[in-house]
Formats: sequence, structure tokens, C-alpha cells
Amino acid sequence: MAIDALEAKLRPPADELAPYPSKLITLASGEQMVVREARLADAGALLGTVYPLLGVPKDYYDIVAARMYSEILGWFRYRVANEFVIVGAIDGVIAGIVTSRHVKAGLGMSLHTLTIKRGLRVGAQLFAAKMEHHIDYLGENEVHIVAESPIGFKRWMIEYELEDRSAMYPDLRHELGGVPTFTLTRKLWEAVKPVKCTGVRPVPAELLKTADKLIMPDEYVQLPGWKRGA
Amino acid sequence: MSARIGIVGIGHCRFGNSSEYDLVDVIAYSANDAFRDAGGLHLRKEVDQVLVGNMAAGMFNHQTSVASALISRMDMEPCPAELVENGPASGASAIRLGYMAIASGMADVVLVAAGEVMRVVSGWEATNIVATMAHTEAEYNMGLTLPGFAGMFTRLYMEKYGMTERDLALVAVKDHDNGAKNIYSHVQLPVTIEAIADGENANVVNNYVAEPLRMYSTCPISDGSAAVILVNMDSPKAKLFPKKPIRIAGIASATDTHCVHNRKDPLVLDAVRISAEKAYKMAGVGPKDISLAELHDAFVIFELLNSEEVGFFERGKSFLGVRNRETEIGGRIPINTSGGLKAKGHPVGATGVSQVVELVRQLRGEAEEGRQVKDPKYGMAVNFGGFGNNVVTTILAKD
Repeated sequence: MAIDALEAKLRPPADELAPYPSKLITLASGEQMVVREARLADAGALLGTVYPLLGVPKDYYDIVAARMYSEILGWFRYRVANEFVIVGAIDGVIAGIVTSRHVKAGLGMSLHTLTIKRGLRVGAQLFAAKMEHHIDYLGENEVHIVAESPIGFKRWMIEYELEDRSAMYPDLRHELGGVPTFTLTRKLWEAVKPVKCTGVRPVPAELLKTADKLIMPDEYVQLPGWKRGA
Repeated sequence: MSARIGIVGIGHCRFGNSSEYDLVDVIAYSANDAFRDAGGLHLRKEVDQVLVGNMAAGMFNHQTSVASALISRMDMEPCPAELVENGPASGASAIRLGYMAIASGMADVVLVAAGEVMRVVSGWEATNIVATMAHTEAEYNMGLTLPGFAGMFTRLYMEKYGMTERDLALVAVKDHDNGAKNIYSHVQLPVTIEAIADGENANVVNNYVAEPLRMYSTCPISDGSAAVILVNMDSPKAKLFPKKPIRIAGIASATDTHCVHNRKDPLVLDAVRISAEKAYKMAGVGPKDISLAELHDAFVIFELLNSEEVGFFERGKSFLGVRNRETEIGGRIPINTSGGLKAKGHPVGATGVSQVVELVRQLRGEAEEGRQVKDPKYGMAVNFGGFGNNVVTTILAKD
């Protein structure tokens, strides 16, 4: 099976990553968001959710969507090492997606956070879930983070009081574009976790079931007038 | 005052994030909207005076002479134009000065346009800029910010009168419910008391900003603008405006000590009470005549305190009125039908004008379905500058 041998050479080495346990967050609107690790079978719905945002320059949705699209595709086709995807879904409809990567023992690399449903801090909750996975479940001590949008910078660098390692380690650059790299350390995480990270576990079976088959949103506040399939 | 002065045009943009736009364009949007509402853009040439409300363009946008810029942007030369700065009460102060310009006989038509673009800086920097309104030596240099101040204020009120954090959340739920129906609101999402106060995730979903103030006790940082056109109802120019004016029945301002420490009781907002008393007297009405009120609620504690100072509730009892749903639309005295600063947003310099636009919409019967107060006669707006040290109260009447 030459193709398999070739494919094996093309795939990055993969570590056995601990799973991220699903949780339930009641948003300020009262809506219940199931937060769970995405499965490869979800890739179609995830890609279909991200795709329409490729043309939205406001708040840098275009670049985040483009990069997240490639990250999800790379994850689905085994072209990124140790990537994981976490999704937030309300009644099964995708409200936000985060991507990230385990680099090596003790070190994680946050990739992207894409908020579909805005105004309820969905992105903030999913970013916190991503950090929770890195540090609490994968046992990492540091997560490297960059921001591409001012909103991202305000949410992560400022609100988490992340450490700017640019001056300390001039050679250390996040793999996304080489922009200045900030770091969430275990110590910082423990300090902010009580006010940033929430969720009820286990998720009641009937609610978890609603997020089993992910649904692409029909409309986006980022795309006024746009309707899926129209 | 014998002059009859009314509002014949209103304009408003949706509050939110306009940081991609130039401040002057943002203000011009609402000003043009007001002219369209008043009868057409050609009416720009009838304006005798332009007053622009803005608090901190010099700091937020590195821009000064905003009034001059607006005149050129709107092709309104050689109309006189000035900027009015009174902290977050800049908008209402501009309306008051517009009223005075007409009452003095120096103008018959005044455009008051106000706006702020704040989201060009981080939330922390915006908080810092807004904090410059505090007393420099005694407050700002000590690290006090407005949320910090309001947090202490809220704690004092809770200890004195028995209000709980849940009571604060009830105000937020009411304001968000109204804001969700307002096309101009920054935050158009209703929130539930279970999610922001009672539920297991409430501590994170509604996190502390300055304990006991939480995120949903605090206004968002917003960009936006609003505008009104004032007319001397007895002048020949009034006939150029087809819409029936909504009359400014009373408008008054009052001040209090700049340094809050110098007040006998920090929970007593003398400037609100005195400005309201003067406005009531000018209008010939009292608290029981008011059909609805827009009360400055940068922090929800202010909505409660203001509602006591203007006479809607006894001191220390306003939160009980909220519990009894008296301040909801359909209640005894609907407060912040627009969503208030809490949900509609608070682009500081624009807020006072925005409050008055909401009153005009309500008095005309033009508010959205589910948000319209039934048959209102008088509307009141309280716009709060500084930490209650420079307040403007406006009472509008539907004749």
C-alpha cells in the first residue's frame, strides 16, 4: 500500500491527548451553550460555519476565518500536529469555535478564537475553555498566545494580564506570523480561572445530545442580510 | 422663561462600535438624520447656531475643533458653531445652551449634535480617560476610576438600605429587556435573572468589575451620536418644519462639589435633586406628572439614586420599586425605556442628546412595538456629569 506509506510520511507525529470533558454554560441571555471537543466528523459543519466569514474585514473576521479554515482543514486531513478544536453550540447551532495545538510536554500554542454569536461573551468563554484544556487537562505549564485583532488583544492580553515574553525571549515567536508572543502561565491561569472559566459538568444527557450533530448558523450578525442557501 | 421652544427633528445612529469611522462623520450621520426627520436636508441653511456635545475627542481621537469640522462636513458655513464640554453631561448641556440661545433671541433654529468615539482605545484606557473628570489631586491621582467610585457608592447604599446584588441585576434585566427592542441600542440582547444572578455560572457570566458592581451593573463602552433640532415655536421659521414640536417644558442644571469627599452624605445627589426641582418648577409639573424618564445609569446604582432624587421614590426605597416592577414599561413610572446607558450604551458626549431623542420618540408615539409607553404626556431626562457634580434635567411635553 504505497499510498498509505506516503500518507504516513506526510502526517505529523501525533501524541495521545487527554480528552476535553464537555461542559454546559448558561449565558447571560439564559441560553445554554454546550462546550465540547469537536470530532473529525464535525469538520464539515465547522468549515461551513467559518466559510462565510472569509469576506468580513470588520474586526479582522476575514483573517481569523481564513486561518481557522485552514487549521480545521489541516486537523481534518492530518496536516497539523496535535491540534484540537473546541466548539460552543446553542441548541446544536454553532455559536463559536476555538482552535489550539499541543506543542510538547508543558507547552501549548493557542491558534484562533472565532465568535459567531456576539454580545454574550461566547468567545471569552470558549477561549477560557481552550486554556482550561491546555493547562488543566493536557497538563501544560505555558500557552503561547497572539492576537490579530484589537478585540482579541483587549480580551486576552489585557483581561488575562498575559506576560509579554517578547523582550525576555527575543527569539520566541508564535508560529502565527511571528508577531510578539504573550504567554499564559499556570500561575496566571490559577489567578484568573475563578473569574474567567465556568461551566457545569457533567452536561445533562438531553442537552449534550443537542450538540451531537452540529448545525451551521443560518444567519450571522457579521453579515447583515446574508442567509444560508439563499 | 416665556419662549416656547420645541424639538422638530431627531437623529440617532445605532450605538456600538464605530471605531472604524471618523468622529465627525459619526456625528454628521445623526445630524443629517435629524434634518431628514425634520423635513429635509435643505433645512440646514435655516440653522442659526450649531452646538456640538463631546467630552474627550482630544484624548480619544486626537482631534479638537470638532464643531468647526462638523460645519464643514455638513456644508453649513457660515453658521456659528461651538463645542460644549461638560463631561458625560455634554449632550444635555448643549441642549440647554441651545435653549438659552433661542430664549435670548439670538437664534430661532439650533442644531444640537453630540457624539463620542471611544472604542478606538482599550477598555482600560477608556476608563482612564473618563476618570480624568474626577478631582485630580483627591481622586484621580489616588487611582479612583468611575467604576471604582460607583462600586464604593453601591456598597454604601447596600449597607445603608439593605439592597442586594440581585436587586442591581433586576435593574439590568429590565434595561436589557427594553434595549433589546430599541433599534439604536448597543446591546440588543435580553438577559435573565437566573443567568446573571441566580445560576451556577453567574459569577463568571456576570463577573465583578468593581465589587459589588458586576459587568451587568455597568454600561458598555460605546461609540455613537445623536442630534436634535430646536426651534422657537413662535418664530416664522417654525412654519418651515412640518412636524409638530415636542416642547421643552423645563430644562435646568445644578452643580455639586467636584470632590465627592466634600459632600455631607455621598449618597445624596444634591445636583440631581436641585436641577430636577428647577426643571419641575419651570415646567409647572411634579414627579407624579411624569410619564416616563431616562435617568443616567452609567452604573445601575445611579438609576436607583436618580429616581429617588427626582421624587419618584422615597430615599432608600427605589430598589423596592424595581422589585415590584414599577419601573418597567406598563409600570407606575417607566424608567430607561430606551435600555438606558446600561443597554443602549454610553458614548459619553452623546448620551444627554440620546436621552432626549428617546423622550421625543416616546412622546410622538414612535417607539418600537413593546417599548412604547401608553399615551405619555411628560418625559424627563437626567444627564449626569462627573460623579453627580454637574447635572442637567430636561422635561419635555407633548402639547
